[in-house]
Amino acid sequence: MDSHLRQLEDQSVYILREAYKHFDHLAMLWSMGKDSTVLLWLVRKAFFGHVPFPLIHIDTSYKIPAMIEYRDRIAREWRLNLVIGMNTEALAQGMNHTMGRVTCCTALKTNGMKNLIAAKGYTGIILGVRADEEGTRAKERYFSPRDKHGDWDFREQPPELWDQFKTTFPEGTHIRIHPLLDWTEINIWEYIRAENIPIIDLYFDKGDGTRYRSLGCAPCTIPIKSTAKTVDEIIEELRSTTVAERSGRAQDEGRGMELLRKDGYM
Amino acid sequence: MEHLNIVIVGHVDHGKSTLLGRLYADTGSLPDGKLDKVRDICRRQGKEFEYAFLFDAFLEEQEQGITIDTARTFFKWEGRHYIIIDAPGHKEFLKNMVSGAARAEAALLVIDAHEGVKEQSKKHGYLLSLLGIRQVAVIVNKMDLVGYRQDVFEAIEKEYRAFLALLKVTPERFVPVSAKLGANIARQGEEMPWYTGPTVLETLGLFRKEASQERQPLRFPVQDVYKFDARRIIAGRIATGKVRVGDRLVFSPSNKSAMIKTIEAFNVEPVPTEATAGQSTGITLDEQIFIMRGEIASHEDSVPLVSTAFRCNLFWMGRRPLEAGKKYLLRLATREVECEIVALHRIIDTMDLAARETKTSVGRNEVAELTIRTKAPITFDLYSDFEATGRFVLVDQYDVSGGGIVTEVVKDEHTVLREEARRRDIAWVKGDVGAEDRARHFGHRDALVLITGKRHTGKSMLARQLEVRLVADGRHAYLLDGANLRRGLDADLAEEDTGEIVRRFGEVARLLMDTGLIVISTTNAFAGADHQAIRTLVHPTPVITVHMSKSEEAPPPDTDLVFAGPKDFEAIADQVIEELKRRGVLAQAIGAKPQFHYSI
Repeated sequence: MDSHLRQLEDQSVYILREAYKHFDHLAMLWSMGKDSTVLLWLVRKAFFGHVPFPLIHIDTSYKIPAMIEYRDRIAREWRLNLVIGMNTEALAQGMNHTMGRVTCCTALKTNGMKNLIAAKGYTGIILGVRADEEGTRAKERYFSPRDKHGDWDFREQPPELWDQFKTTFPEGTHIRIHPLLDWTEINIWEYIRAENIPIIDLYFDKGDGTRYRSLGCAPCTIPIKSTAKTVDEIIEELRSTTVAERSGRAQDEGRGMELLRKDGYM
Repeated sequence: MEHLNIVIVGHVDHGKSTLLGRLYADTGSLPDGKLDKVRDICRRQGKEFEYAFLFDAFLEEQEQGITIDTARTFFKWEGRHYIIIDAPGHKEFLKNMVSGAARAEAALLVIDAHEGVKEQSKKHGYLLSLLGIRQVAVIVNKMDLVGYRQDVFEAIEKEYRAFLALLKVTPERFVPVSAKLGANIARQGEEMPWYTGPTVLETLGLFRKEASQERQPLRFPVQDVYKFDARRIIAGRIATGKVRVGDRLVFSPSNKSAMIKTIEAFNVEPVPTEATAGQSTGITLDEQIFIMRGEIASHEDSVPLVSTAFRCNLFWMGRRPLEAGKKYLLRLATREVECEIVALHRIIDTMDLAARETKTSVGRNEVAELTIRTKAPITFDLYSDFEATGRFVLVDQYDVSGGGIVTEVVKDEHTVLREEARRRDIAWVKGDVGAEDRARHFGHRDALVLITGKRHTGKSMLARQLEVRLVADGRHAYLLDGANLRRGLDADLAEEDTGEIVRRFGEVARLLMDTGLIVISTTNAFAGADHQAIRTLVHPTPVITVHMSKSEEAPPPDTDLVFAGPKDFEAIADQVIEELKRRGVLAQAIGAKPQFHYSI
């Protein structure tokens, strides 16, 4: 394996082990996308084949059906403890993206997650966000506190040095843990190739000249034009592109992501 | 491909974010449309476009025109990847600057040619040296505002070079630039024909990758011990050096040792037989020894330091000042231990590195020289010898609030005994029956119950009662009275040889406990300081201290159970037995699968 990938792996594994040591009520968010699936693989690396905490999927009911099939298959094969969160109240009231993207993401994803965290009493949530995805994530910490309302105070982020992380916090608040912060999109694919990780096939072109580069809800995620059919071809394509990864994600428009993340979005 | 982490630091408004934005724009490293998008936002808001806006992602940052928090950005140039960390220069956000700089291998320190060397220019320089960043290039920015004058540039170079010399930092180079106009960023600035050195972009290329630390002696801090399946895996990241299957490891401060049986990994073929510095790994040992998170494994020929005190340089980022005499949590590698500032030698003024008047507290963003004492012995190194095990943070309430480097070990009153215990344990010749084998067989592990208090408070009654109860329950317990040693083993000693009397008592207790016994002791003859000496000698065996008194009185420090007034010895013995269970000494029931502390 490339030495840089090895370093990224070592750092992520270290962070995961710190999280497991310090948090009694720990869970990880798994969206079935490439990033959180790599993260899940790193969990198995860190704990020698085991996944010693539950995996949360926040189901908005608008996910692409193939994602749900993939989720259930991997959960069976890797014996995962899967916890599904859904904001049924908002869905019953007919929440969907036409009511406004930020409104819909906040209701179904942010609030869906906050409700589940409160109900289960999780104090540590592991997420697969990366610094190179968009501007506010570039400023994140590995261990990032959220207040009683799950909100992010980016003005008062804790210092983080020498791999000493924020693992103590007042009651009622929780910590978001970001082991993939230093990874780039291309690192993710190189690692998938190096470790031969079974990734969902929506990322590959299946003959119609399109594929997904980033996965989310069906109405707000559009495939890109690409004929990449294998991991190698994706890496080749990424090396030559200057188009942003999340250009197919509607929620990033304007200040959408800053507003979402301040309120506790992933 | 090689990766290098670079941090950009310097005083507020000296143009760090502009430099970063310009570097990306002029090398075509921005995603499509990013530049147009930001220009468009500026036009709509009716303000002049600035390169700084490219990475100041928060609305508030753009409105105030300052960077609040560190951003990680990714950049590729001539076969090398860079992670460039843009750190804030405002003194309010010094902790964010530290978070950014702590990850870097090299730094660009930006100074405004027009304003010259300012407070944060120096503070950042000092912190870079404290954080161990040795490659520093100084970028003199805004040369356009001083008419590109060589004498202005040279005056700043002279002043700042002299300051860095005090820190024993030799800068790689000084580069005059105008980030706003792009001079000497990615292209040679024809505005300054007198400067023929490298541009900022070339300066990045000249930074060197830090050499791997696998040639240094081994330091392997234990992060956790896993028992998910049949394997008991000791997990951690190797700070320096390497481990190989078959190596004999010594764990400090417990002084336990064992041989590496396997190196464990998931989805790695073939199974690894060694692991080196930087790797997060896991090992199994040839025998089950008592170790836990926070210990540091090394090879026998180069063991780390162990003490309860050291001298250090520390910078404070806490909201509340750091105060002498107050308790803090100290975290060094994976070890966490309560500590206290016992001496505040001086506050360092980072403007001229002079000592300021002595105070009893260290304010936010101040730097100080201190002596710290920990509640229990801690393993460490001098920062000048080992970076990862020579630095630590202090936690105040919920927050990491200070960072420090160890400059000197301070000997405490038990240093001599600790060294003796260490030499004895490391060289200890073991049979084939390990401590865990004995524990499984006996239904308990070894421990020392130390009963303290004045004469005629019932210490001896309790000790007898406890021994009877434990043995009746099938445990292996023994009452060791110091007086018995006096007439035999200590027959050659005089009454006043207390130090040696205590040492021999400790060694005898240690020997008995090595056989798996629970040793109960009443120690009329020993004073409080002697108890600490005994603890040092039997470390890391669990010691349960019980203090007895006729009326309410302050027990010695670290006492586990206190009993004052009239006594029901049976009830007290019950409570001691409960404490032994709580501490993981006694298995809940004999015959059941014992769950001991060390059998994680």
